[in-house]
Amino acid sequence: MKKNKRKIYFDYAATTPVDPRVVKVMLPYFSKKFGNTMSLHSFGQEVKEILEESREKVASLIGAKPNEIIFTSSATESNNLALKGIAFANKNRGNHIIISSIEHPCVMESAKWLESQGFEITRLKVDKYGLVNPEDVKKAIKKETILVSIMHANNEIGTIEPIEEIGKIIKSEIRNQNSKIYFHTDAAQTLGKIPVDVNKLGVDLLTGSSHKIYGPKGAACLYIREGTKITPLLHGGGHEMGLRSSTVNVPAIVGFAEALEIAKKEMKKENERLSKLREKLEKGILKKIKNAHLVGHPQKRLPNIANFWFEGVEGESVVIELDLLGIAVSTGSACSSEKLEASHVLLATGLKPHQAHSSLRLSLGRWTKEKDIDYVLKVLPKVIKRLRLISPTFK
Amino acid sequence: MPIYSKKIIQHFKRPKNVGKIKNPNGTGEAGNLLCGDLMKLYLKIGKNKKNEEFIKDIKFETLGCAVAVANTSLLTTLVKGKTIKEALEIKKEDLIEKLGKPLPPFKIHCSILAVDALKEAIYDYYKRSGKKIPPELEIEHQRITRIKNQAEGRYKEFRKLEEEVLK
Ligand SMILES: Cc1ncc(COP(=O)(O)O)c(C=O)c1O
Ligand code: FES
Repeated sequence: MKKNKRKIYFDYAATTPVDPRVVKVMLPYFSKKFGNTMSLHSFGQEVKEILEESREKVASLIGAKPNEIIFTSSATESNNLALKGIAFANKNRGNHIIISSIEHPCVMESAKWLESQGFEITRLKVDKYGLVNPEDVKKAIKKETILVSIMHANNEIGTIEPIEEIGKIIKSEIRNQNSKIYFHTDAAQTLGKIPVDVNKLGVDLLTGSSHKIYGPKGAACLYIREGTKITPLLHGGGHEMGLRSSTVNVPAIVGFAEALEIAKKEMKKENERLSKLREKLEKGILKKIKNAHLVGHPQKRLPNIANFWFEGVEGESVVIELDLLGIAVSTGSACSSEKLEASHVLLATGLKPHQAHSSLRLSLGRWTKEKDIDYVLKVLPKVIKRLRLISPTFK
Repeated sequence: MPIYSKKIIQHFKRPKNVGKIKNPNGTGEAGNLLCGDLMKLYLKIGKNKKNEEFIKDIKFETLGCAVAVANTSLLTTLVKGKTIKEALEIKKEDLIEKLGKPLPPFKIHCSILAVDALKEAIYDYYKRSGKKIPPELEIEHQRITRIKNQAEGRYKEFRKLEEEVLK
């Protein structure tokens, strides 16, 4: 086999490399400033200070107050805390939770587990673009409802949900029924990529992630509006205002805050650049490959995600062949590749299982160049053509 | 590092015996409705000098993952020229072993798909030529059909559940 030197990463929605500027600010906090933020001595206090600075930074970047930000280890943890923490702290008022049918597995599975603990879950359907209808939220709310959790943008197809509208509807329902319904959004794919302001969105809880925006893995946040009744998952020494005990991962959090600051500063220019690249990619693929279809909303979509399905081919084989050619892409989401079932997101948009199995997600990012797009446009049509020749269902 | 062995990649990149046979005297189909993959095998059975039935030609088509493509390609090279009896002795373990590097558990069914499609094609050949079907093959045929029906049932159930949930 010919060795292929070229390596192109088209899977930024799965995770991103850490920006060297971020690495630089993290470095002192490994071996030099290594203290425990709970220690009273100067080793502890100097990192306590940077932890609080990071908290202020993240808070101000999303329109929150510092005491409303909890640092966690991952978006998965933040989402678990949001769902289970709200459910158990408010179960005396009601047991009904509303989510969408296209949430990330960490929300889907948390909800399923809560169901086994006696909570009632409503999973809202989406339209063919993956959009939740705010009116459906309104219809689903009842007097037992304590939480609505709808993701800000979907990780597989990039569709951006009408969070602001849903937030308004929930507020108006609360006034009618005189009981609090908390509103959570999973912004793991949007924080640092499109504007995220907790007050504008009208949310009570918001999940953000570091490793999707060129920060390190091992850091994430949960915004929790002041006055929210929530119970922790991790009990212990009382870190993070008692909501998340564990010695704090200072280097990762410092990196996360820096990454978010950079992302926000560069957002507008970067999005213009990415939108152009993605448009070229999409137009090129649809033109060069017959019977290729775009999934996700044509406009209300993250600028860095493109999801297609190709008639008559199986997505995994496309991923493997592209990998051999030096291009890293994924079918749907990275964590679903060991499951054989078709993506629940694509099925929810109305694709049939065989169509959902032939999907491919390309996600662009900070180091994607125009020549990378050209290379994909050169090789992908050939790959699809070859696999279709093997296929019994496409002639 | 690619996730699969060199051998799998080789067969995947250059699969042998891909396509259809014009007038096959046996065809077989196997599918895994969970992963959505589909395997089709075409056989041309002839008689050798000893007057035994043997696989004169074999071709396949698949809407399947890389492992399914590689497994079936390997299987076709193994059974081409062999008698039916010899062909039926090949098991999924033989394929997996020959392809090197153990497959992750969720990929075992891709080898089963290839072996099952071959059994079904031979079954079809026996049926078409009005021959008596060996009892072991009949059992296998029933098993494959059962799995297919179960998978279909499960799938329908899944869709029904999903529709209810999404209502
Ligand atoms: C929307 C969304 N939520 C949650 C997660 C979970 O992130 P992590 O695996 O870092 O916990 C991801 C990442 O795949 C995501 O895209
Ligand atoms: S044949 Fe189903 S995943 Fe390989």
